Amino acid sequence: MKSLLKMTWVEAKLFLREPVSAFFTLVFPLVMLFIFGFIYGNVPPPPGSDSQSAIDGLIPALTAMVIGMTGLMPITITMATYRENGILRRLRTTPVSPLVVLAAQLIVVFIMTGLGMLLLVVAGKLVFHVRFDGNAFSLLAGFTLGSLSFFGIGFILAGTMPTARTAQIVAMVLLYPMLILSGAAWPRELMPAAVQKISAFLPLTYVVTLLRGLWVGEPWGKHLLDVGVLVGMLILGIIISVKTFRWE
Amino acid sequence: MNTIVQVEGLRKVYGATIAVDEVSFEVKEGEIFGMVGPNGAGKTTTIECLEGLRKPDAGLVRVLGVDPQCESQTLRERTGMQLQQSNLPDRMRVWEALDLYASFYPKAADWKELLSQLGLEEKRNAYFSKLSGGQKQRLFIALALLPDPQLIFLDELTTGLDPQARHAIWDLVRDVRAKGRTVLLTTHFMEEAERLCDRVAILDHGKIVTLDTPANLIRGLEVEEGVIFSLDGGLPPALEKALSMAGRLEIQGEQVTVHGKNGRKVPLVSEVVSLLTGQGIPFRDLRTEQPTLEDVFLSLTGREMRE
Repeated sequence: MKSLLKMTWVEAKLFLREPVSAFFTLVFPLVMLFIFGFIYGNVPPPPGSDSQSAIDGLIPALTAMVIGMTGLMPITITMATYRENGILRRLRTTPVSPLVVLAAQLIVVFIMTGLGMLLLVVAGKLVFHVRFDGNAFSLLAGFTLGSLSFFGIGFILAGTMPTARTAQIVAMVLLYPMLILSGAAWPRELMPAAVQKISAFLPLTYVVTLLRGLWVGEPWGKHLLDVGVLVGMLILGIIISVKTFRWE
Repeated sequence: MNTIVQVEGLRKVYGATIAVDEVSFEVKEGEIFGMVGPNGAGKTTTIECLEGLRKPDAGLVRVLGVDPQCESQTLRERTGMQLQQSNLPDRMRVWEALDLYASFYPKAADWKELLSQLGLEEKRNAYFSKLSGGQKQRLFIALALLPDPQLIFLDELTTGLDPQARHAIWDLVRDVRAKGRTVLLTTHFMEEAERLCDRVAILDHGKIVTLDTPANLIRGLEVEEGVIFSLDGGLPPALEKALSMAGRLEIQGEQVTVHGKNGRKVPLVSEVVSLLTGQGIPFRDLRTEQPTLEDVFLSLTGREMRE
């Protein structure tokens, strides 16, 4: 337990010291929020009206973007580099359990993703007066499900790719189309029907629809497909990442 | 004295290559035991089998009385390991690494004390990637000492270091042994093995070629020693004759070298000195050239290049 706490704390510091991952998790989504916010205008909907301004849907979509990025980039790169450079090899000579190593990564990336979301929500509230009609606990549950199922992809890539370099490239190849086509960067409704069909095959799409739904207070029952896909990914992720974990 | 490491008939095969072939030896408590050999001789494979990082194909291995394959957890708590290839995250600070690794052991040594013992206090807040090779190696030794181990494994610990750093690390290893710990190390520097180890096993092609104290290994070797001195003016013919009875002469300007077999009854050096003083000839810069472990090594493993 003591080693898990220490390792989580050190990994959190290492995460923040890595400018690229800290920027893409914490700063980049905010930049996106401000760009889109000023494009759409920050006119709050008139009081009492039911209409959702475009900016309201932006917070859950950008949160999904953070999930996609943290799941694929930092986890994949950190774990693959740790193995390639012999950092895991050094850990292996100590009594520490591999589960502690995996758990510390998971906790840190989860907290950082949450921090990314928190910054978006706070900035959205303060600057653009976004509306939130959902239940905070529901949203948090959806966020947790989406995050954990995505982190599985990162661990699988780190465990199965031969080198850190390939793992990073594959992660990017998977990530960019997802960011563009899943509705994380701009709404799916604006895309041609053919593209919308493609996006149905992208896991991030399900995070976007689930979070957008929960944000406006839709019941879970309306999102059984999203939940099913994400739970399936989560289970597969746990099984495969534990099976493919290698010290070297 | 207790046996700390026991290896009998250890064998490890990678595909068609036999990396370790029927290796047997014992390491006693409190000694510095060295394995030397050319690249690919099987040193690292042997040490990794002892550390529990590799599974032997055959043979018996006992470290601190346990089988490294079955009780790796016990072994990891009670031994310190410095690996030939390992790393820490680039942006981890020195103190963070020690603090983190200390949390892995039930009874960890005080890392702050290790920090000053290993001369890393000034580097306490430095990133791992900013350390020099010698500082990294000292940090790895500190990590290996954290479990307050009975046995410490050091694999190629001074490779790539400058002479200052190498000597500093030798002193550290001697300190470790002075505290009653046992050290098992591999190296390909013969000088390191000769100065540091109580006993040395020379490995080649996966087998132990010989195993003894460095002094015994050198004594057993049929090589020449040399006595070298300088004379002002030439060598008087009478002396030249007398000296050539003692050994083979080599004259380069003012410098005279007498080569002779080592391990003779009257040491060559006293014979040469008594001849010089007997004839009242002033000489200077007299020194002897003794065979080293490197000569033993080369005579046993040959001079052709490996790999």
